[in-house]
Amino acid sequence: MDLLAIAFYLLALVACVSAFMVVIARNPVHSVLFLILTFFSSAGLFVLLGAEFLAMLLVVVYVGAVAVLFLFVVMMLDVDFGSLRQGFVRYLPAGGVVALVLVVEMSLVAAAIAGKNATLRAPSTNGVSNVEQIGRVLYTDYFYFFQAAGMVLLVAMIGAIVLTLRHKPGVKRQDIAAQTARTEASGLRLTKPATGQGISE
Amino acid sequence: MTSNALATNALASSIGLPHYLAVAAILFTIGVFGIFVNRRNIIVVLMAIELILLAVNINLVAFSSYLHEVTGQIFAMFVLTVAAAEAAVGLAILVTFFRNKGDIAVDQANVMKG
Repeated sequence: MDLLAIAFYLLALVACVSAFMVVIARNPVHSVLFLILTFFSSAGLFVLLGAEFLAMLLVVVYVGAVAVLFLFVVMMLDVDFGSLRQGFVRYLPAGGVVALVLVVEMSLVAAAIAGKNATLRAPSTNGVSNVEQIGRVLYTDYFYFFQAAGMVLLVAMIGAIVLTLRHKPGVKRQDIAAQTARTEASGLRLTKPATGQGISE
Repeated sequence: MTSNALATNALASSIGLPHYLAVAAILFTIGVFGIFVNRRNIIVVLMAIELILLAVNINLVAFSSYLHEVTGQIFAMFVLTVAAAEAAVGLAILVTFFRNKGDIAVDQANVMKG
């Protein structure tokens, strides 16, 4: 067994075991940490496949952003996660049956491909690095898709802000339009109070 | 030796496409299983969806290597984009739900039921 096979089996094993821990862990914080481990191992698998850029993207985007987002939300919400585990055993048989069917189906596909001697090669390089290859295709053939992906991210960002933004009532804010539109007539009132009585608003 | 030459050398070994497909299949299955058994815990359901999308990504990259074409990696990038957007919006909805209800048990989320 060569070094690559050892690396593959190690990464695949870690990815699968930690993925399983994600769904069965009692504490959601542990789930998030196992999710990070899964993504890290998958990034290793991507490196083995010759997709270095995507591997780095996985580490930066998932481990750096998405997993931390999950961690923030899990730690921010004050929820009794134990009560949310009710029904774990009840749904176990149904989930197990579906999982079994899925894994049998997909292993059959993988086994069928195994019979076709499907050896892997990295995408044709011609001395060009993986990043440059992706750039050459992404910014030409898939340029509109690239722009659309940017729009998706923009809409998601605005949507997340709109959903979570909350104006507390009773907080005084500066209203610049009202400030600059203020005239002497609207902002000034001259009164002549009687002596000893003062004025009331 | 560049990293690509390294990858090309390394790829000509005993590990083929079916191995990666098997890993992706296992991850996908675990994701679906996680959605079933953690139905009440929406945070874990979102994480299970991330696992499913990761399995799809592994498939795309494996076939990109197999077909000698970089297009699969481009699509994996798009999947990554959508997954990140989905996580952000999903968690935002979750935070809003928690603010309104004080709990995140999704089986109580029937406000819009007619």
